[in-house]
Amino acid sequence: MSSAAVIGAIVNLNHPAHTVDWSFIHLSVANVVVIGLMLVVFALAVVLPFPGASRRRGGSR
Amino acid sequence: MSSVSPDPPATQAPIKSWTVKVREAGVAALPPEKLLPDGQPTYVASWIYMFGVASIAALIVIIGSGSILSLKGPAWWHYTGVGHFFNSIHLWSVELFFFAMVVHLWGKYWMASWRGGRSRVWMTGAVTFLVAVPCALTGYVSQQNFDAQWISTQAKDSMNSVGVGSFFNLTNFGQMYSYHVLLLPIAVVALVSAHVLLVRKHGVAPPFEFEQRIADLTPAPGSGGDGSGAASDRASA
Repeated sequence: MSSAAVIGAIVNLNHPAHTVDWSFIHLSVANVVVIGLMLVVFALAVVLPFPGASRRRGGSR
Repeated sequence: MSSVSPDPPATQAPIKSWTVKVREAGVAALPPEKLLPDGQPTYVASWIYMFGVASIAALIVIIGSGSILSLKGPAWWHYTGVGHFFNSIHLWSVELFFFAMVVHLWGKYWMASWRGGRSRVWMTGAVTFLVAVPCALTGYVSQQNFDAQWISTQAKDSMNSVGVGSFFNLTNFGQMYSYHVLLLPIAVVALVSAHVLLVRKHGVAPPFEFEQRIADLTPAPGSGGDGSGAASDRASA
C-alpha cells in the first residue's frame, strides 16, 4: 500500500472485509457499525430535547 | 342607437371541462394553506420528525450529483480528481439517504403513523424504501469497474433464484444503467412526491398522548363546543 493511500485513508481498507457471523446472519463489520450508528441516532433523536420546543409549547397555550 | 344582445338563459349549467374538474378536485383535496402551510403543530418540534426532510435533502443531492455524473461519463468519474469528488458525493448522499430513511421508518413505525386515515402515507413511504433498494443496487453495478462486475455476478444468482433473472439481468450494463438513471429514479421521485402531498393532506401523525388529549378536548356532538382545542395547539414555523 502506497504512503499516499495510507495517509488518505482514515481506516486501512487494504484487506479482505471483516465479518460478523452468527447462525445464518452474515454481516460485514462496516454494515454492523452503520446499523449501530442508526440505533444510536434513533435513540438520541427520541431523547434529546429539540431547541425551542418547550418555548413553543408554552407560548401557544 | 346600439342594440344590446340578450343574456343567455340562466337555467343552463356551465359545462365543466376536464381541466376545471381536475383543478377543483385538486384545490378541494389540497387547498393552498394545506399545500404550503406557514406553521406546524407544536409536537413536530422534536428531532424524530427531522429525518423525513433529511431524506429529501439527501435525495436532492443524489439527483444533482447523479445528473453531473451521467453528463460526464465513467472515464471522468474514475480518472479525474473532480470526477472522484462527485462520485464520492453521490455515494455518500445515498448512504445518508438510506440512513435517514431507515431512522424515519423506525420513528414512524413506533409512532404507528398509519393512524387517523394515514394508511396511504405509510404505504407510499414503505414502497419508496423498497423501490430505492434496487435503485441503489443498479447504481453499484453501473460503476464500470471490477467492483461492479463482482456485485453483478454475485447478485444475479439471487435474481435467478426468484425467477426474474431473464427480465432483470444484472450483468447487462445497458439495462442496469437505464434502470438506474431513468426508470427507478422516476419511480422514487414520483413516490416521494405522492408521499409528501399525502402528508400535507392528512397532516403529520401526532404522538399517542396528543391524540388522547384531542379526544378529551373534543366536545361530544350536540354539546355546543366549537372543537377548537386542537387548532389552538399550533405554532408558527
